[in-house]
Amino acid sequence: MHLHKYEKIWLTFGIGSLVIFLVVLAFGAFWQGTHPQSHGVTIDPENIEANDAFKPENLGITKVSDDKYIVNIVATAFNYNLGVDEEGKPVKDIRIPKGSTVLFQVTTKDVVHGFNVAGTNINMMVEPGYISSYETVLDNTGEFTIVCNEYCGVGHHLMFATVEVYE
Amino acid sequence: MLLEKIAEPNEESRLPLTISKQESRLYMSFMYVAFISLFIGGMMGLLQTLVRSGTITLPWGIDYYQVLTLHGVILALVLTTYFIIGFQFSLMGKTVGISQKQHKAAWLSFWVMVVGTIMTAITILLGKANVLYTFYAPLKAHPAFYIGLALVIIGSWIAGIVNFRQLYVWKKKHPGEKSPLLAFMVTINMLMWIIASIGVAVAVIVQFIPWSLGYAETINVLVSRTLFWYFGHPLVYFWLLPAYMAWYAIIPKIIGGKLFSDSLARLAFILLLFFSIPVGFHHQLTEPGIDPTWKFIQVVLTFMVVIPSLMTAFSIFATFEITGRRKGFKGLYGWFKHLPWKDVRFLAPMIGMLAFIPGGAGGIINASHQMNAVVHNTIWVTGHFHITAATTVVLTFFGITYWLIPHLTGRTLTKSINRLGIIQAIIWTVGMTIMSGAMHIQGLLGGPRRSSYSEYGGTEQASEWIWYQIAQAVGGSILFIGILLMVFIFIKLTFFAPKGEEEFPIAEEEEDATPTPMFLENWKLWIAITIALILFAYTIPFVDIIQNSPPGSPPFDWPIGNS
Repeated sequence: MHLHKYEKIWLTFGIGSLVIFLVVLAFGAFWQGTHPQSHGVTIDPENIEANDAFKPENLGITKVSDDKYIVNIVATAFNYNLGVDEEGKPVKDIRIPKGSTVLFQVTTKDVVHGFNVAGTNINMMVEPGYISSYETVLDNTGEFTIVCNEYCGVGHHLMFATVEVYE
Repeated sequence: MLLEKIAEPNEESRLPLTISKQESRLYMSFMYVAFISLFIGGMMGLLQTLVRSGTITLPWGIDYYQVLTLHGVILALVLTTYFIIGFQFSLMGKTVGISQKQHKAAWLSFWVMVVGTIMTAITILLGKANVLYTFYAPLKAHPAFYIGLALVIIGSWIAGIVNFRQLYVWKKKHPGEKSPLLAFMVTINMLMWIIASIGVAVAVIVQFIPWSLGYAETINVLVSRTLFWYFGHPLVYFWLLPAYMAWYAIIPKIIGGKLFSDSLARLAFILLLFFSIPVGFHHQLTEPGIDPTWKFIQVVLTFMVVIPSLMTAFSIFATFEITGRRKGFKGLYGWFKHLPWKDVRFLAPMIGMLAFIPGGAGGIINASHQMNAVVHNTIWVTGHFHITAATTVVLTFFGITYWLIPHLTGRTLTKSINRLGIIQAIIWTVGMTIMSGAMHIQGLLGGPRRSSYSEYGGTEQASEWIWYQIAQAVGGSILFIGILLMVFIFIKLTFFAPKGEEEFPIAEEEEDATPTPMFLENWKLWIAITIALILFAYTIPFVDIIQNSPPGSPPFDWPIGNS
């Protein structure tokens, strides 16, 4: 098959760029550990409390050590369960000091949900039978909206919470 | 290269065939459904942008997500499939012909699809299927929704099999000749479609239908999603390839040029067949149950489509330049300035091609493993497929409409309709730039897709998003005017334009073109490689998904407002 000279140059340049691009992605994923979340950890969606993380008393934010936190969340249509405060009222906002390392662990009792701390890379699908988790360092202060970004039913847009990162 | 060359076609078979009145009726039937869908689906789109801007609430208890389901199903599945199958039948009719038997089978495909479409539409209109066009389990729609979808797919398979048969019969009659380029391209597209839609058909028939009818208690959610996205990405190539057909083999004729290279066009289509299917995981990058190494492998396979895309871009612009220079336009850009910008048959697809530059760039971001987390399920993604599917593909389809409809109805594209078409293309460009642009930016700020109007408890972020949602409503309203104008043009070209003969433009090869090598027609080899790539990309992760499955999910119908 005949290839025009310019086309050869164009394709060489294009394919070359593509190879470099893929090498950069692979370097990030395999050497720096920036894979998208995929832990393959399963759970019985009808009995999530069998897993310690999702027992009612462990929901919401837990301080593990000085600047380490775990946030456990149960998603259901159309709510994020972040535990209850001292007065027994459901928690809707969590506050975390800047620079903390936070592990978010989310699961669902019913349908598929999304979990996105809007404006950050914390963006996971939450599917029945699996635990979605993402560990990150919260470097920027401000109020972030947690939104369900996968359609879960007619109240989908009413499913939210907030994370405040303070100095 | 030392390759066996295909015999030159004899003069007679090189002439395009004539489309009979009887055939026209068949092809037009698909077009009627396509344009009715455009109107209904477009109206639903307008309503969504208005609701999201916070300016209106829907009357009579109509739910936002019902409107959204209808919009997605009727535009992404109905409009596209009917237009493509109708267009492809006309290409086959023009290049290889259709027998009486094939004609009957083609009608069967149409009616099976229509029955399926009506079943699905009624279920949605009754509010029994607010599950969006991706119908992710364990949300449960009424069984009629899934049965209707299965019928649409089965109908499209009949159409594909008729297309294969058409080419086969032609080849029997023309031994040793290469198949007409457009017939070759249609065959590639239908092969890809059938191989890919087997995935969703299995999900619907084996998983969803028994489960929604109550014969199966639970469904394996991740398996159903994996089967869906095994189909979902090739679906977008199924839309794109007919646009490529027009760019490669029709636009050159419209601008008064010749094919750039018959063999390169075929090679590009073969590569698209290979790398459209084994890539579905890039839609599932943020899912918890798939091995990240296999996600990465499919990301690499996804990016292989860059190669045929670069080939396509080169070929098309080379055709433009060669044609312009041959007409005597000098200077570095003379050929570009003198393209037939005032011919809507060129202008609309050309805007589509240009939109594919930012569209493709956005796609690279979406598929790139890590960066996906920044945009996944944000409204950026909605912006992405409105600039690709709803601009690149749809404007090319409109560009086809301007000559195909009058050719089929025995009318002509008049100067005044051409002018209306140019206005339509400009309205579309303006509306889409505003709407899709606002969606892209809002997505980068974290705004979610597929969500009705919400203030999210009054957070500062949500108050920033609303301005972009208002911009989307402005863009959406402009686009709706574009849709009304397009439907008007369609009606005019179908029933009222002056009688006459409109050209069916098919580009020819250069007199001195190098012959197309024989190996490009080696269908068995192409199918074998396609299947080998699919088995490579899916076998291990799929076995892994099944072996490590959590308990299945029962159906949930109350979240969609049924119980």
